[in-house]
Amino acid sequence: MPKVKFDILESTCVPLPFENVDTDQIIPARFLSATSRQGFGDNLFRDWRYTKTGEKNGDFVLNNPAFGGKVLVAGKNFGSGSSREHAVWAIFDYGFRAVVSSFFADIFMNNALNNGLLPIVISDDLLKKLHGMIQKNPDTKVKIDLEKQTFTILSTGDSIRFDINPYKKECLLKGLDDIDFLLSMKSQITSFENHKILVK
Amino acid sequence: MKSKTLFDKIWDSHVVRSIEDGPDVLYIDRHYIHEVTSPQAFNGLKERGIPVFRPGKTIATADHNIPTKDQHLAIRDLQSRNQVDRLNENCKKYGIELFGLNDPKNGIVHVIGPELGYTLPGMTIVCGDSHTSTHGAFGTIAFGIGTSEVEMVLATQCILQPKPKKMRITLEGELHNGVTSKDIVMYIISQISASGATGYFVEYAGSAIKRLSMESRMTICNMSIEMGARGGLMAPDEITFEYLRKLPSIPGIEDLKSSVNEWKKLQSDTDAVFDMDLKFNAGIIKPMITYGTNPGMGMAIDDSIPLSDMNGNKASSSFIKSLDYMGFKPGMKLLGHPIDYVFIGSCTNGRIEDFRAFAQIIKGRRKADNITALIVPGSKKVEAQMLAEGLIELYKEAGFEVRQPGCSSCLAMNEDKIPQGKYAVSTSNRNFEGRQGPGARTLLASPLTAAAAAITGRITDPREFITEELKVKI
Repeated sequence: MPKVKFDILESTCVPLPFENVDTDQIIPARFLSATSRQGFGDNLFRDWRYTKTGEKNGDFVLNNPAFGGKVLVAGKNFGSGSSREHAVWAIFDYGFRAVVSSFFADIFMNNALNNGLLPIVISDDLLKKLHGMIQKNPDTKVKIDLEKQTFTILSTGDSIRFDINPYKKECLLKGLDDIDFLLSMKSQITSFENHKILVK
Repeated sequence: MKSKTLFDKIWDSHVVRSIEDGPDVLYIDRHYIHEVTSPQAFNGLKERGIPVFRPGKTIATADHNIPTKDQHLAIRDLQSRNQVDRLNENCKKYGIELFGLNDPKNGIVHVIGPELGYTLPGMTIVCGDSHTSTHGAFGTIAFGIGTSEVEMVLATQCILQPKPKKMRITLEGELHNGVTSKDIVMYIISQISASGATGYFVEYAGSAIKRLSMESRMTICNMSIEMGARGGLMAPDEITFEYLRKLPSIPGIEDLKSSVNEWKKLQSDTDAVFDMDLKFNAGIIKPMITYGTNPGMGMAIDDSIPLSDMNGNKASSSFIKSLDYMGFKPGMKLLGHPIDYVFIGSCTNGRIEDFRAFAQIIKGRRKADNITALIVPGSKKVEAQMLAEGLIELYKEAGFEVRQPGCSSCLAMNEDKIPQGKYAVSTSNRNFEGRQGPGARTLLASPLTAAAAAITGRITDPREFITEELKVKI
């Protein structure tokens, strides 16, 4: 797994206001045949981004030059469905560093945190407001400060504190990875195996 | 002592260490891998120059991208072939047991795990596949993980995992004839939505669950993820133990009797507290079908598509977008709607019981001319059993071709794709846009509903085929 650092991010946003966007939409299964982690960004949201004949779909937000940035502002229940980490790799590879929603699917959330893509949960109301603002003004900027755990809409000063597991926060701030941590515990794991208690 | 749920008991006994303000270090008893979500994890081991910590605890199969025809020939799709070759190489290099293509024990990972005796009560089980929840039917904590976590398990036999909340779903009452466990789980999802159990691990309980076979229980646990749950489990009982007793062998278990005695203790305490407790009546469930593009968009087969989404929001862009994709309108009835494809198979409904159920309706009938059917056994063992029971012959007589095992059209990574705009009644687990191929329109249903549709060529209530004499019951 990659070691990625995250501290402060200031960026415009790309809005995707649909609910229940599943990982099959993020990266369709037919693009999962690669054996490395790179290059999935080309097929991010493939079937929305391109027409049946392979041309760019001008109606889709990633093809709209008005919108850009490193923050994907999604709808409720983002990342449901398949556990494919390729979905996170695709979003990251495309250039996003944070995804904002009012609700994430569990496995997606874990996968995102394991790859330095910061999932930020904000309220339904704020999400709706943010979508409205971005639609009106695509230059709307947000600031994410991981150390302070704040998410701020710069033009209005709307700011909230977001939740993140303290262990994961530390990993992201320092660019540490779970495997190093687990490897450092090997003797403890072996001792657990030797003294494993039966389920009672 | 504080009373505990079954989930707590298994989880707590597998925690190597709790990190303060952080996730638990959870020990994994059984790790299943397949060709699609493992190569990057093995790459990670290579980059670090470390071995697989406990190769004996990982079991591998090739299932996701493989063809379901001519499996004895080289895989034509080069990328798919490369993934399968990499799995073969990695298993050989690291000493992992592999049931690869053409192995008589090959099949979909969640079908072969239980049938080969690798899934046992009280275990923690993970796999880089969200339908790992299937194994919960045996009283295990089983859940899907990402590839970084696959790497963690390969490297240390542990993962870091926050403990989910606990939900109990109790189902009482008698199921009607023609209603299957697939309908039960689709009904629950339609009631609580595709994200209704996100953040929770579900325990299914109640008399209607207790009466189900292991195959039927697996179908319910399998689709736990479709309600957003981390996983779903059921306390093991005599039906579980009987399933295990009938297996030809159980790796690592010498004295099954004493193991069963231990497993009998795997129950939630009577006064255990759940974070959420839901109750449903099995007696009101009808055969179900989905009309939209997530598994929460389901209804009784004789119902009409709702006029608004679950929140009563008529103009919801997601709701309209979904119905547009399906070519449906709010308020529409689906009974009688022509369809093009039928798919029976997958880790949800690819077990022998499912093919028997399908056979009960198609026996002595012919498939409709407008239907293309994909009949895909969940494993080589299922395929062999179908042959032994005369089901393959019976299917042939009805005009169906039986393919070789694999995930097939459930996720359409191989060539088994439903074409653009075509309707498929599918016994799989996801009706997402493009799931069964770009532009494909999926209607999730039970094997009985799929059989009825295959015969009539239209969306049909399977109860039309069910008489008292032909008491289809699974």
